[in-house]
Amino acid sequence: MSGLEAVILTIITAATPLLLAALGELVSERSGVLNLGVEGMMVMGAVCGFGAAFVTGSPLLGALAAIGAGMGLALLFAVLTLTLVANQVATGLALTLLGLGLSGLIGEAFVGQPGVKLGRVSIPGLTDIPFIGRILFGQDPLVYVSLALTGAVAYVLFRTRLGLTIRAVGDNHQSAHSLGYQVIATRYACVLFGGACAGLAGGYLSLAYTPQWIENMTAGRGWIAIALVVFATWLPLRVALGAYLFGAVTIFGFYVQAMGIGIPSQFLSSLPYLVTIAALVVISGSRMLTRVNTPACLGQSFVPER
Amino acid sequence: MLKWASLAAAAAMMAAGAASIGTASAQEQVKACWIYVGPIGDHGWSYQHDQGRLHVEEVLGDKVETVYIENVSEGPDAERTIERLARDGCNIIFTTSFGFMEPTLKVAAKYPDVKFEHATGFKRADNAATYNAKFHEGRYVIGQIAARVSETGTAGYVASFPIPEVVSGINAFMLGAQSIDPEFKVRIVWVNSWYDPGKEADAAKVLFGQGADIITQHTDSTAPLQIAEEEGKHGFGQASDMIRFSPNAQLTAIVDDWSGYYVDRIQAVLDSTWEPVDVWGGLDSGMVSMAPYTNMPDDVVEMATKTEEAISSGDLHPFTGPIHNQAGELVVPEGETLSDGDVLGMNWYVQGIDDQLPN
Amino acid sequence: MRLVLERRSEHSQAMAVLSPVIAIGLTLLAGAIIFAMLGLDPLYALYIYFIDPLTSLWSLEQLVVKATPLILIGVGLAICFTANVWNIGAEGQLTMGAIFASAIPILLPAWQSPLALGSMIALGCLGGMIWAFIPAILKTRFGASEILTSLMLVYVAQLFLDWLVRGPWRDPMGFNFPQSATFQGWHLMPTFGGTVHLGSILAVVIVLVLAVMVGRTLTGFEVKVLGNAPRAGRFAGFSRSRMVILCFLLSGALAGLAGMAEVASTVGQLQPTISPGYGFTAIIVAFLGRLNPVGVLLAGFLLAISYLGGEGAQVTLGISDKIARVFQGILLFFVLACDTLILYRVRFETARAPRLAPGE
Repeated sequence: MSGLEAVILTIITAATPLLLAALGELVSERSGVLNLGVEGMMVMGAVCGFGAAFVTGSPLLGALAAIGAGMGLALLFAVLTLTLVANQVATGLALTLLGLGLSGLIGEAFVGQPGVKLGRVSIPGLTDIPFIGRILFGQDPLVYVSLALTGAVAYVLFRTRLGLTIRAVGDNHQSAHSLGYQVIATRYACVLFGGACAGLAGGYLSLAYTPQWIENMTAGRGWIAIALVVFATWLPLRVALGAYLFGAVTIFGFYVQAMGIGIPSQFLSSLPYLVTIAALVVISGSRMLTRVNTPACLGQSFVPER
Repeated sequence: MLKWASLAAAAAMMAAGAASIGTASAQEQVKACWIYVGPIGDHGWSYQHDQGRLHVEEVLGDKVETVYIENVSEGPDAERTIERLARDGCNIIFTTSFGFMEPTLKVAAKYPDVKFEHATGFKRADNAATYNAKFHEGRYVIGQIAARVSETGTAGYVASFPIPEVVSGINAFMLGAQSIDPEFKVRIVWVNSWYDPGKEADAAKVLFGQGADIITQHTDSTAPLQIAEEEGKHGFGQASDMIRFSPNAQLTAIVDDWSGYYVDRIQAVLDSTWEPVDVWGGLDSGMVSMAPYTNMPDDVVEMATKTEEAISSGDLHPFTGPIHNQAGELVVPEGETLSDGDVLGMNWYVQGIDDQLPN
Repeated sequence: MRLVLERRSEHSQAMAVLSPVIAIGLTLLAGAIIFAMLGLDPLYALYIYFIDPLTSLWSLEQLVVKATPLILIGVGLAICFTANVWNIGAEGQLTMGAIFASAIPILLPAWQSPLALGSMIALGCLGGMIWAFIPAILKTRFGASEILTSLMLVYVAQLFLDWLVRGPWRDPMGFNFPQSATFQGWHLMPTFGGTVHLGSILAVVIVLVLAVMVGRTLTGFEVKVLGNAPRAGRFAGFSRSRMVILCFLLSGALAGLAGMAEVASTVGQLQPTISPGYGFTAIIVAFLGRLNPVGVLLAGFLLAISYLGGEGAQVTLGISDKIARVFQGILLFFVLACDTLILYRVRFETARAPRLAPGE
């Protein structure tokens, strides 16, 4: 396998969890809910996915458990912020802290155990094509899921009634309410979807990326996913672009080291974060890019006026 | 009057007797305590220390009571945790990471009756000893194996931080490899963490893509070996036998075995013969051992076993001259060996390594 | 049956005091359930966690030392959050403060005088302020989310510290291990009885000063108005940009001070790990303290107790350290949930159509 092929494959696997989590957060934010608990939902997905696969021997059940775990935590968040109208930022942070602690607790039984790996797709004939065979036809199934999801989210958001409802609720919840849209119900659905995606992203980490469980294995990816949504100005296709770009910057650091170039590794490790900040500044600073797509009611609590 | 006095005297004697049990010349029971920098489930560094503790419980049975605290970060919390153990009645405390050095000494100064043992450190006190293992001896052996097994003549090294222990490991690996194949190459990636499977996996993938077909690591997770298994390549386990995670990829592993040392030291406390020593054991003392050789041809197994024995018996020293550094200067003349101190503080690469050492 | 929230015309005073108490009570209940599920005696476990740390002098001293950085950072964050400014990067500001302050013992080890200590304190604050200024200016000039920028800068600061400690600032006598030379003499915080140090005194003083500022000064009023009713604040002429920068500078300075206090006392040198996540735990402290400086003081103590209790539980009960973190997460959840009671009256309605209250 050539060096370039290895790099591309590594970028794809590095980007996939980011893409999955970011798509979920995008839908949540489009409906007006800022959920900062992505990291907590991801890590719970990772531990529950690993645990379920370990106990049952089936990575598919693991993936389903991961989705369930993410949704469970998201439900907690939704009840607090949508029904009890708690502050979204603080609740999201609490969700992250709870998720990290709870996952560590649940995961104690699984530390140091070899995992059940989600097998790679292998289409006879196609996968064996040199170079593009592996890249296009030999990936983990979740890679294909993430790409399909990108298309699906884009389609639903901009071509269906449901998408229109979601965007309306996110842009002006009082008007949407007076027009008869179910604001709270829509937001519940979107938050749960976000939780499912984040959970699946975490499951990808512990089932495919590095089939094992260690504490805090998400290592900040949830936060990167949230940043990606802003970077992508809330558009699904740009989220995919951002995820792959971020994966590339991360792998670039190792590549440079492996080539023997003497740049301090700490600087290379900090590149993804510096690039994210730069991207955020550029995107946010451009009125044109942000105005058009930012959900106007993002982060605001909704209590129906009587 | 006399009756009360004699009762009081008896009571006083009993009290004195009770108080002196702790400082009697031979102790009945020792409370031995450990603090770990990571989780015992990491299947690496902390796991092996805990295995040592469990061995102690097996061997010494009733004579020892053990306690451990895991996940103690090396920052401000370390001192308080060590002090808590000292206050809790521990007779001997093992602090198992370099970053615990200063906190260990601070607490040792406050509790002169408690014995402290610091792993991988270099500062001692009247009641604080240090211990370490000559991992580089194991590295030499796997370097030789790598040179024999690799088809591309290049190995990948997933390294954590550029500290002397890691650098001497890389050098010993290279010297071992060069003793078989003088043109052997190594590519090094620093992940800046002891334990981050995600990063370690990425590093391994990049290294394989760069032409390495053997992977070795100085990080604690099983991720690099799992990648090797996936890609049909080979690698070496670190700190513990990782064959369960990579049945076809692992050739051997450098296993830390602290059990013998721990039993010895606790026995010394029981016998009141404990001294603040500085122990640096290797293949000879069993502190470093090699996991069973697998997935390689028999003649390679034979070679590795011979090298192991040679190092054990002292016939072979991994850092025997002539050794040149990257600049071409002769650092160790022919026939001489590098002193322990120089190995402990190593911050240069041997000739043949193309990468630049960070800092 | 529906849950209906009715906004109260003004914050319930009774609830403002009761809600954290209810939250703590619910957390203890949840904790008891968790312990029971783990097979432990719930009351004994709760005792070890929350009462035992208060029973010895050594433990109390350790509590004060542990609570100090939490209170210092927490009170700064409390003011930020009141103004709806979200500084999530306190951990990075703490790191930079520690680095700046360490410049003196590392670069000028021979300068021993109270002035050196004072300069370290000033540099610590400065380092934190500079690092906090970045997300503040990016927010006010470009509208970049301060949550994300301040968080990203945490990673950057930690990597910078790592590079310094392994490279230029490494102790030349240290066998090439990643730590700086140990600080001596006037480069260490003076202590009272060996453990409690100057930082703790500073924390209390700062809490009192800020309590006065928030409660009695115009700036304090601005903070509250801009946080709760931004439009009204703009009409009154309060500048949102100025507030963002002010809040970040203040919390940055306090976080930097906390960082300086940590490296100049308990740790006594610069090393790759100088904080077990104080900058993030302080967020919980700020909320638990209801964003009120005196509340933060109490909350910092409570959280320090949970940390020490967690360690004691590891040794005495053999349960893992993760429980402490789960506790903290649950506590924050309950605090936020109970906060609803302050702003809203909760009612359950069974009828389909909402009942009209008399006079509506």
